[in-house]
Amino acid sequence: MTEMTASPPAAIHSGKAAQARLRRRYRAERRFRWICMATLGIAAVFLVILMGSIVSRGWTGFLATQMKLTVTLDASQIDPENPAQGNYRMLVVAALQNEFPEATSRSDMRALLGMVSNGAYVELTNLVADDPSLIGSTVDIWVPAASDLDMLNKGYIDRDSAEDLRRVDDQTLAWVDQMKADGSIRTVFNWTFFTTGDSREPELAGIAGAALGSFWMLLVTFLVSFPTGVAAAVYLEEFAPKKRWVDIIEVNINNLAAVPSIVFGLLGLAVFLNLMHLPRSAPLVGGLTLALMTLPTIIITTRAALKGVPPSIREAAYGIGASPVQAIAHHVLPLALPRLLTGAIIGMAQALGETAPLLMIGMVAFIVDLPGGPLDAATALPVQIFLWADSPERGFVEKTSAAIMVLLGFLVFMNGIAVFLRQRFEVRW
Amino acid sequence: MNLTIATFVLLGLAATGYIMGRRRAVSVSGGNTARLHSKPVYHGWYVALACGLPAIALWIAAIAIGDTMIDSAVIASLPQDIQQASGPVLRRFLADAHTLSQGGTATIAVTPALEQAAVDYGRLDALRGWIGFVGAFALGLVGFGFTFRRINITLRTRQPVERVLMIVLLIAAAISILTTVGIVFSVLFESLRFFQKVPLFEFLFGTQWSPQIALRTDQVGSSGAFGILPLLAGTAMVTVIAMLVAAPVGLLSAVFLAEYARPRTRAVAKPMLEILAGIPTVVYGFFAALVVAPWLRDAGATIGLDVASESALAAGFVMGIMIIPFVSSLTDDALAAVPRSLRDASYGLGATQQETITRIILPSALPGIVAGLLLAVSRAIGETMIVVMAAGLAANLTANPLEAVTTVTVQIVTLLVGDQEFDSAKTLAAFALGLVLFIITLGLNVIALRVVQKYREKYD
Repeated sequence: MTEMTASPPAAIHSGKAAQARLRRRYRAERRFRWICMATLGIAAVFLVILMGSIVSRGWTGFLATQMKLTVTLDASQIDPENPAQGNYRMLVVAALQNEFPEATSRSDMRALLGMVSNGAYVELTNLVADDPSLIGSTVDIWVPAASDLDMLNKGYIDRDSAEDLRRVDDQTLAWVDQMKADGSIRTVFNWTFFTTGDSREPELAGIAGAALGSFWMLLVTFLVSFPTGVAAAVYLEEFAPKKRWVDIIEVNINNLAAVPSIVFGLLGLAVFLNLMHLPRSAPLVGGLTLALMTLPTIIITTRAALKGVPPSIREAAYGIGASPVQAIAHHVLPLALPRLLTGAIIGMAQALGETAPLLMIGMVAFIVDLPGGPLDAATALPVQIFLWADSPERGFVEKTSAAIMVLLGFLVFMNGIAVFLRQRFEVRW
Repeated sequence: MNLTIATFVLLGLAATGYIMGRRRAVSVSGGNTARLHSKPVYHGWYVALACGLPAIALWIAAIAIGDTMIDSAVIASLPQDIQQASGPVLRRFLADAHTLSQGGTATIAVTPALEQAAVDYGRLDALRGWIGFVGAFALGLVGFGFTFRRINITLRTRQPVERVLMIVLLIAAAISILTTVGIVFSVLFESLRFFQKVPLFEFLFGTQWSPQIALRTDQVGSSGAFGILPLLAGTAMVTVIAMLVAAPVGLLSAVFLAEYARPRTRAVAKPMLEILAGIPTVVYGFFAALVVAPWLRDAGATIGLDVASESALAAGFVMGIMIIPFVSSLTDDALAAVPRSLRDASYGLGATQQETITRIILPSALPGIVAGLLLAVSRAIGETMIVVMAAGLAANLTANPLEAVTTVTVQIVTLLVGDQEFDSAKTLAAFALGLVLFIITLGLNVIALRVVQKYREKYD
C-alpha cells in the first residue's frame, strides 16, 4: 500500500475552488436550459402575435353594416315591362331626401348618396324583378352601406380627428348618428363575403370566386399528382432495378422537392401557356403547375408509407402464389393507404397555400364571376389575399384578414383530416 | 363529333372489352377459374388494353395532327392580306374564328373573312372528328376481336398485362425527370434569348438594375440596365437577416425539444412549430407588410432612425419566423441520430447536460445541422411572397438593412405579372433570373447532401 500524501487527491473535488467551479457549471447549465426554453417561447410568441394581429384585424370582416331605406317604388322611374332597367339611383336619392329633408344642395346629395353602397341598386333591382307587383308601393329595405360608413360603424375611423383628415365629414357623421338613433343602421353577418366574387368595393367583395378557383385547381392537382405520384413511388420502391438511372431519378426527386416554387411557375408559363397554348388564368394550368410541384412530396411520403409495410406481408402473398404486382396491388397498397392519403392531403394543403407560381401563369387578374369549371378564368384564395393586401382602401384590410382566416380554416380542416386518418386507420406492426 | 363524347365512347369500348374478356375467361374455364393460367381479371384487362390503347392513341394523334392540318387548310383559304399578317394577329384571328365556330363570341370585329374561316373550322373540325373517331373505333374493334377470340385456359394474359403496367409505372417515375428537364430547358432557352440581347458579362457584373422599357426613345435610362449584383446583394441581405432570426431560435428550440423537454411539453410544442410551418407564405407576407413594417417604422421614428416602409429588416425578420420550424425539424432529426451511448458516456464522466450538449451532441450532429441550415438558406433565397409584399422594388446596392432592397424573386414576379412580350429583354430577363435562382438553390441542395455524406460519423 502506498503512503498517503498530505493533501488527498479528493481535495480537487471538495476544496473551495472546486465548489466554486461546480457552482459555475451548474449556473451555466441553468442558463443554457433557460435560453433554450426561451427560444421556444419566442417562437410561440411570434405565432401568437401573428394569429392575434390577423384575428383582431379580420373578425369584423365577417360583419357587414346595413342601412334601412324607405323606398317608394315610383312607377314613373321603373318600366314594369323591364324592371331591371329602372332608375334605382333616383329612387334611393328620393328615399334619402325623405329621410333628411334638410339636405338640399348638390354637395349634400352627393354626400348622402356616398353613404349607400352600389350594392343597394342591385338589391332593389332584384327585389322588383322578383315581384313586379311592388311597383308603386313603398317598401322598407335593408341595403349594404358604403365602405366608409361600414368602417365608421366598426370603429376604424377616429371621430375625434380633424375633419379633413377623416374619410367621413362632420355632416355625414351627424346623419349617421341620427340613423343610428332611429335604429336604421344595423350590423349583420356578412353573407356577401361568402357568396360573391371579387369587387372594387370592399363592402361587396367576396371570396366565393377565389375559393371556387382554388377548388377546381386542387381537383386538377389531386387528379394528376396523386395517381402519378403513387405510381412513381410504387415503381421506385418495389419494382425498380438497382441501376444507375434509377439512382438518378431518386436524386432528382429529392432535388426537385427543394426547387423554389416560383421556378415551377416559370415552367408552367413556358410549357403550359407558351408551348401548349392552354388558356391563361385557368385553374387547369394552375392545377397542372401545382401538381408538378407537389409530385415530389407525394412520391416521398408514399415511399415512406410503402416502406412501413413489413416484408412479411409481401412474402406471405408470394407464398400463396401471388405475383409481385398482385402482392402490391392487393395487400401492400391497401395497407399503406391511410399513410398514403395522409401524405396526399398534406401535399394538397401545401398546394392550397401556394401563391407565387400562380402569379406567373396569370391567375392574378381581377375576376368578378364565379368560375364554373377548370377552364374558366379564376384566381385562388391565396392570390385573392395577395390582391386585397395590395388594395389601398381601408375596407380591404379587414377583408384580407378575414380571407386569411378562411384559408387557415381550410388548412386546419385538411390537416385535421390527415391527423384523423393517421390515428384512426394506421396499423402499427 | 363532340370530342368529349367520342373519348368516353372509346373508353366505354375498352370497358366493354374488360367485361366481355372476363366473362369469356370464366366461361372457357367451365366455372372453375383455377384451371385458367391467369385470373379472369387479367383476361379482362388483356382485352381492354388491346382495344383501348391503340384506339385512344390513334384518337389523340388524330386530334393533335388534325389541329395543325386544319389550321394550315384554313390559313390557305384566307384572303391574302390576313395571310400576310404578323404572327400574333393571325393567331388571334384563327383563335377567334375557332371560338366563333363553336358558338362563342369573337374578340375582334366580325368580317366576312372571319365568318368564312369560322364555317371552314366547323366543317373541318367535324370531318376530322368523324374520321378520327371511326378510325379509332375500328382499330379498337380489331384489337378486341383479335384478343377476345384467343382467350382459352392456357393463354398467359398476366405477363403482358403486368408488362404494360410496369411501363405505365416507369412513365410515372420518369415524369419527375421530365419536370426537371422541362424546368432546365424552359428557363435556359429563354435565358439564351436574353443573353443575345444583353451580354452575359453585363448581366453578371453590372451594378445597375432598371429593366423599364422606355416610353420615349430620348427618355433617361431608356436602354434599361440588367446588372444582377444589386438583386443578389438584396437577396443576400434578406437571407442573412432571416437566418439571424431562424438559426438561433430554430436550433436552440430543437435542442430544448430533443434534450430537455418532457414528453408533455413536446406534445404541445411540436404541433405549434408545425402550425408555424403550415401557414401559407402569403399570410407571412401580409403580416410583414401590414404589421411588422409599420411597427418597425414607428419604432425607428421614436428613436430617430429613418426606416423605409419596405425595409429589408421587416421582410427578413418575418422570413426568419417562417423558417424557424424548418431549421428546428431538421436539427431535431440530426440530434435524434446521435446515439444514446455518446450521451451516457458523457454523463458517466460527470459532465452536466449543458456540457454534454455543447461539447458532445452538437459536434456529432454538426454535419446534419449544417446541411439543414444550408437547406434553410436555399429556402430563404427562393421564398417569394414575403419579399414581394414587404420588400421594395427599387434595386439599391446598400448595406443598410433599414433601407428598401429588392430580391431576385421580387424582380421575377414584377417582370412577369402584367403584360408579357416574349421578344423584349424585360420579359426574358425574368427567365435569366429564374435560371440564376435555380442554379443557386440546386447548388446549395447538392452541397448540403455532400456535407451529410462526407462528414457524417457512422455509429454502430
